[in-house]
Amino acid sequence: MAATPQPSRPQYEHPWAVRFCHWANACAIVVLTLSGLRIFAAFPSFGSKLPEHDLIETVPDAVTLGGWLGGALQWHFTFMWVFTAGGVLYVAAQLASGHYRTVLFTRRDVAGVWPMARHYFFFGPKPVAIGQYNPLQKLAYTTTILLGALSLLTGVVMYKPVQFSALGRLFGGYHGARLVHFVAMCGILGFIPGHLIMVGLHGWDNFVSIFTGWKRHPEYVPPEREP
Amino acid sequence: MNVDVDRRTTRRELLKLSPLLLLGGFTVPSLRDRLLEAGVAWSDTAAGALFRRSHSAPSFGDGDVVPFAQFPYNGYDVLEPAIDFARWTLTVGGAVTRPGRYTIDQIRSLPKVVQNTRHVCVEGWDAIGRFGGARLTDFLDLVGADPQARFITVRCADDYYESLDMPTARHEQSLLCYEMYDRPLDRGHGAPLRLQLPTKLGYKQAKYLMALDVTHVLPAKRSYWGDQGYSWYAGL
Repeated sequence: MAATPQPSRPQYEHPWAVRFCHWANACAIVVLTLSGLRIFAAFPSFGSKLPEHDLIETVPDAVTLGGWLGGALQWHFTFMWVFTAGGVLYVAAQLASGHYRTVLFTRRDVAGVWPMARHYFFFGPKPVAIGQYNPLQKLAYTTTILLGALSLLTGVVMYKPVQFSALGRLFGGYHGARLVHFVAMCGILGFIPGHLIMVGLHGWDNFVSIFTGWKRHPEYVPPEREP
Repeated sequence: MNVDVDRRTTRRELLKLSPLLLLGGFTVPSLRDRLLEAGVAWSDTAAGALFRRSHSAPSFGDGDVVPFAQFPYNGYDVLEPAIDFARWTLTVGGAVTRPGRYTIDQIRSLPKVVQNTRHVCVEGWDAIGRFGGARLTDFLDLVGADPQARFITVRCADDYYESLDMPTARHEQSLLCYEMYDRPLDRGHGAPLRLQLPTKLGYKQAKYLMALDVTHVLPAKRSYWGDQGYSWYAGL
């Protein structure tokens, strides 16, 4: 790595597949969450129907989509394909291009998580940026991708509990899949505020890069320029 | 040294995202309904392709069955429509060689199947129950159903109606159910005869059956809840 400071060159950070899938799945996650909450409202429990113990009285209309259970299912059954296609395309493109290495959290990143968290949350010194993503980001992104995969698999089990009964056993059957699906949604929703705050803090150049792929003035010294 | 990116490059990269604008179609009300209808239809097609006739729904031990009192009654309208039980018959028509009125005794004389299977409601709850009856596939053989026919339709003592794809109708676990928990079906659960389909959601499992037809094409009114926007296929 070059030791002397140099003007930071623009960096092509996000290949097409990453940007495309990011926005497709951002839309899908909003639709699936809102319609999913409407579906949950039809039976807001993880126990048995008789006696039924509702976890919530009502789900506010403002956070639901579809108007009624059937309408919500239409949204869910339509955008589950967008979500699935976006997820599969993303993973396939990342693996095929080797770009996953920039974002996949590995054992080498473990040591860097705490210094980064200390910087973000407790005003500790800022660790030197050595790549596109810092260890905390890698952890967040990798976890969210895994939560997405978990939502997909548990969704499949709930959608077709008979055809995928073997997969269902992995999640503790139909009930287990329903619970894990809900927890995975909570995890993804937990990621979003942090993600948006970071986007806000990192400014315009960073925000534009998820549309054009190119980031001006990266914080790190980029490796060899890509096409 | 040029430290900026060519505008044309960034514009080209931005344009590569333009297919995503198609999702904007979902914000146009008239387009939205058709897109969602297509989404559900596509899901139904995929679900039909995933269905394996030889794959059984999980069955459970007697200890896993919920007590009868905890098996929900779920009617959309009245739980006890007027039926003259003494004179009840199932009227069979359509693409069959032996159409006519079939009595409950004729259906009971077919080999009896008793199974502990999961009943799944579209609302999200489920209950494992114990059901007994004749295999629908045996009954279809009894009435001489056309092997080329693709669907069966049923009509009920209330104004409920349903239809089924033939692979599901011919599935080993699909029953013309006349017993629950080793006792004759009670009125709320669909006496004297209902469909019991461990590979379908609850609303496909029509109660109070009065008529059954074997058809090549689906009628315009194909499914009580399906016609109101739920999935027609509703397979598990």
